[in-house]
Amino acid sequence: MSLEAFGSLREPVRRAVYEYVSGCAEPVSRNAVVESLGIGRTLAAFHLDKLVESGLLETAYAPRSGGPGAGRPAKLYHRSAAEYAMALPPRDYRLLADVLSVAVQQAGAEPAAYAAAREQGEKLAGGDVVERLSALGYEPAEATDGTVRLRNCPFHAMAQAYPPLVCGLNLALLEGLVGDGGHVARLEPGPSGCCVTITCKNKNH
Amino acid sequence: MTGYHLAQLNIARLCAPLDSPELADFVALLPEINGAAERSAGYVWRLQDESGDATALRPFEPDVIVNLTVWESVESLRAFTYRSGHLEPLRRRREWFVPFGGPSQVLWWIPAGTLPTVAEAGERLALLARQGPAPEAFTFGAPHLAPARTFDPSSA
Repeated sequence: MSLEAFGSLREPVRRAVYEYVSGCAEPVSRNAVVESLGIGRTLAAFHLDKLVESGLLETAYAPRSGGPGAGRPAKLYHRSAAEYAMALPPRDYRLLADVLSVAVQQAGAEPAAYAAAREQGEKLAGGDVVERLSALGYEPAEATDGTVRLRNCPFHAMAQAYPPLVCGLNLALLEGLVGDGGHVARLEPGPSGCCVTITCKNKNH
Repeated sequence: MTGYHLAQLNIARLCAPLDSPELADFVALLPEINGAAERSAGYVWRLQDESGDATALRPFEPDVIVNLTVWESVESLRAFTYRSGHLEPLRRRREWFVPFGGPSQVLWWIPAGTLPTVAEAGERLALLARQGPAPEAFTFGAPHLAPARTFDPSSA
């Protein structure tokens, strides 16, 4: 339930626990939360349980190597894949996006959509590229060689429904965003995350 | 293993002849994309003639090319289709193909070890166009599970 999910984040420490766990690319243990935030184990467990209850986090168990006596498998937490959205007054942009996507596909107007996306990307550009990507919700992770992988697809549900259109549009948007500066946007889909990778033109980063 | 494989047909209407400059990039990408498909997890088979692909075949209309393949699962096909080098030509499809009025892709289950024919594939696509997604003919957007082994109480 969306209301429970959002309400659950009002408490500042709980919010911090959620942001820490969801900011980690891999599932984390309660101990990792304790060490990172400097809070007690009981408090961490309490907030983690509440976040799981409200559907924002999910649990998984780490595979344990070793035979009998190796101990219980570690309980890990990660961000739930469930989407939560609320709008007051009621708004339904998703319905509109579905209709427009079907219309674009049927009319074969993908090139026009990509051009519009590129223009929009140019309007959104300015300042540090990684900061802009972060502000737009892509959750950029910069590797040592300057390659930026984008952990989150801001258009996820739409990309599942209309992959060629939405991924093409996303690429054009990011091409517009990075412009002619030191970065290049390229389509390089992995098993998860955004289909676009941002690389540095100049390797001497 | 369910004992079934996933057959898929996708067709495309050329906006210009295959040997025209407009289609040059598509033709150039074919060997790479076909090779990538063959190396993908869950790939089973693809229709091809001696030239190594199926673009010379025109079983439906003179300007409609076909791609008929078999995979182990919907997920393995989906991963290749949208999360591999295949996404790039898919993104560019409007440079080469005219949009279809109806569905241009259909998925259906076949017994593992058999292969689909183009005629059967055409029938499945027509079925999809007539009645929408169903167990006999469906899409990525409305996938259907492989038929379950039926339990025969008299054999218990």
